[in-house]
Amino acid sequence: MPTQSTTFDYAPAPESRALVDIKASYGLFIDGEFVDGHGDAFKSINPATEETLAEISEADDADVDRAVKAARRAFRSWSRMPGSERAKYLYRIARIVQERSRELAILESIDNGKPIKESRDVDVPIVAAHFFYHAGWADKLEYAGLGANPQPLGVAAQVIPWNFPLLMLAWKIAPALACGNTVVLKPAETTPLTALLFAEICQQADLPPGVVNIITGAGGTGQALIAHPDVDKVAFTGSTEVGKAIARSIAGTDKKATLELGGKAANIVFDDAPIDQAVEGIVDGIFFNQGHVCCAGSRLLVQESIADDLLDRLKRRMSTLRIGDPLDKNTDVGAINSGEQLKRIRELSEVGDAEGAERWEVACDLPTKGFWFPPTIFTGVSQAHRIAREEIFGPVLSVLTFRTPAEAVEKANNTPYGLSAGVWTDKGSRILFMADRLRAGVVWANTFNKFDPTSPFGGYKESGYGREGGRQGLASYLKAGA
Amino acid sequence: MARVDVRKTYKLYIGGAFPRSESGHSFEVLDAKGRFLANAARATRKDARDAVAAARKAFPGWSGRTAYNRGQVVYRIAEVLETRRDQFVAELVRSEGTSAAKAGKYVDAAVDRLVWYAGWADKIAQVVGNQNPVAGPYFNLTSPEPTGVVAVVAPAGPLLGLVSVVAPIIVTGNTAVVVASQTHPLTAITLAEVMATSDLPGGVVNILTGPTAEIAPWLASHMDVNAIDLAGVTDAELATSLEVAAADNLKRVRRAPASEPDWLETPALAAMTDFLESKTVWHPIGV
Repeated sequence: MPTQSTTFDYAPAPESRALVDIKASYGLFIDGEFVDGHGDAFKSINPATEETLAEISEADDADVDRAVKAARRAFRSWSRMPGSERAKYLYRIARIVQERSRELAILESIDNGKPIKESRDVDVPIVAAHFFYHAGWADKLEYAGLGANPQPLGVAAQVIPWNFPLLMLAWKIAPALACGNTVVLKPAETTPLTALLFAEICQQADLPPGVVNIITGAGGTGQALIAHPDVDKVAFTGSTEVGKAIARSIAGTDKKATLELGGKAANIVFDDAPIDQAVEGIVDGIFFNQGHVCCAGSRLLVQESIADDLLDRLKRRMSTLRIGDPLDKNTDVGAINSGEQLKRIRELSEVGDAEGAERWEVACDLPTKGFWFPPTIFTGVSQAHRIAREEIFGPVLSVLTFRTPAEAVEKANNTPYGLSAGVWTDKGSRILFMADRLRAGVVWANTFNKFDPTSPFGGYKESGYGREGGRQGLASYLKAGA
Repeated sequence: MARVDVRKTYKLYIGGAFPRSESGHSFEVLDAKGRFLANAARATRKDARDAVAAARKAFPGWSGRTAYNRGQVVYRIAEVLETRRDQFVAELVRSEGTSAAKAGKYVDAAVDRLVWYAGWADKIAQVVGNQNPVAGPYFNLTSPEPTGVVAVVAPAGPLLGLVSVVAPIIVTGNTAVVVASQTHPLTAITLAEVMATSDLPGGVVNILTGPTAEIAPWLASHMDVNAIDLAGVTDAELATSLEVAAADNLKRVRRAPASEPDWLETPALAAMTDFLESKTVWHPIGV
């Protein structure tokens, strides 16, 4: 049977928590200082254990106003500072992120539930790289292809999700600052800790007060921030539903927006694909970060002739995934970020059962405390099934089949989303044929879930608009000069 | 005795054909002095939906053409427009009440604008796309692609304004559904005759005439429209409601300018890039 587990018994190799000093409570970071918020404080918990980590201030409308005012004041000097000087602050931040990388990685895994090997080897290194890359742009903006004398927009309101807390912060703050904007950023309410540690990093870097403000809270705080009349730019990463509400709320204003929203990416495997590499790519595509990835390859489209063989190999590979303690260096799949998200994953999976798809999940012992969901695949999925249409945002893969390249294109594009797509084939001309026709902002061919500061990221259709990263990402934070 | 002239029926332009509105309704178009010029078709919701369907149908073929070919087609529109210069000058003089000299200047500028954009067809990808030096063994390329079906609320400028908003949209491979200027709709339909005889595939540009405030909301809320250009919306309240409706499927919105731009000025690149997506393709490098 392909489903048998071939997992070796490894001794636990937990990362030490000693490096991380979590305070009992955290305030808001406004104008370079930590201050108390005036809303109802809330708790951030460790999703792997449900232990309370810290009490977090909630920013009310007046706090939001204070933060925006601080950013506005700071904008006057920050935007006029020579780019070469702004660059030095960003380089400093990049360096401090590298110096404190282990601490950031551990804290991220504790607060988010992601495996330490991902926070250590993916999230934090890309955070540092993102600041380093954008630092270099600060004094070269006239070469970005956006006109001779591009100007910053002003104050940016940035609202980020819980799946890559520090990485999304970097994607938002680094380009904004490089282009001469100042920011007020709100991290997700379940994962505020690395953003608050980042505030300390800004202090260590002697970043001028008000250039970066970090306010915590839930959806209401985010709404108040985006609705603030003195905000010039809105940058949001999160659900398509909230993205649409934001687009409506800024209608008729002069606010510019970048929206990076949901996805339901097709990962397409042809019969000539390098099959073992494809299996690795499928696993990486949907189980990386517990499937809490907007660009996750959540719809596997496999050519009919190889479907049985591929699924056997996929199940065998999935059986070797190690699920458990996020701080264990052997762990491949960590905790679901929150009880609420776990509920949604369970509900949609039950819809999958009810609509007639066949569920297969990895047989494994899940911890008794915390939020956990085993890596799962559904076969016999049709395009009409909700698990083929809706974003589950968890470790759940829907498998569909196709016969011809045209059918693969048709099925892949049959979604309101358009964030990413994957193609696996050994034939170069077919890769380019598919890449041309897939309506998605990122196409990974014979690879998946790769990210780089130089590579623009963002979606087509209802996956949002605007790009983050690369030269194209700068356009989100600049306007044509006079 | 003077010859009785044969007058033209102004119809809609949808899918390369010139249908009347399915409503059978029309509205009176007046000249600059308020005198009757002609009846124009009053497009309905069904006409708008037909136009979107035609634009969607035309999109794969038009966006799939080579950039060189699209450039040639847009250049051909310029050629045909040039040969009908006198007709357009006369129309502009009649509808706008301007001098023949001024009208001539605008027709010439419209021809030149089309030539300018024709040349962009096979250059825009080189200017706004690039390879990305990622930190790993991967080939990584970002290229612009058309957004899809773009709805356009045309500005008042009956010829140069219209050409200046539509040409950048189609030259990159988008298809368009245009709500013609409510006060000057006739020139748009005459321009459609130019496009229909310029090898432009049917459905790439579709033109509706009628009340803007009635037609534009159907397009703004249409779930198979990818973007909307509010160039000709002068009522702030209408602009906001169109932008709200556009959020239903996250259309890319180009907001209305504070006032009608001077169309004689050289356009900004944003006229094209606002309706382009960036696609980034990764592939490993190895043996």
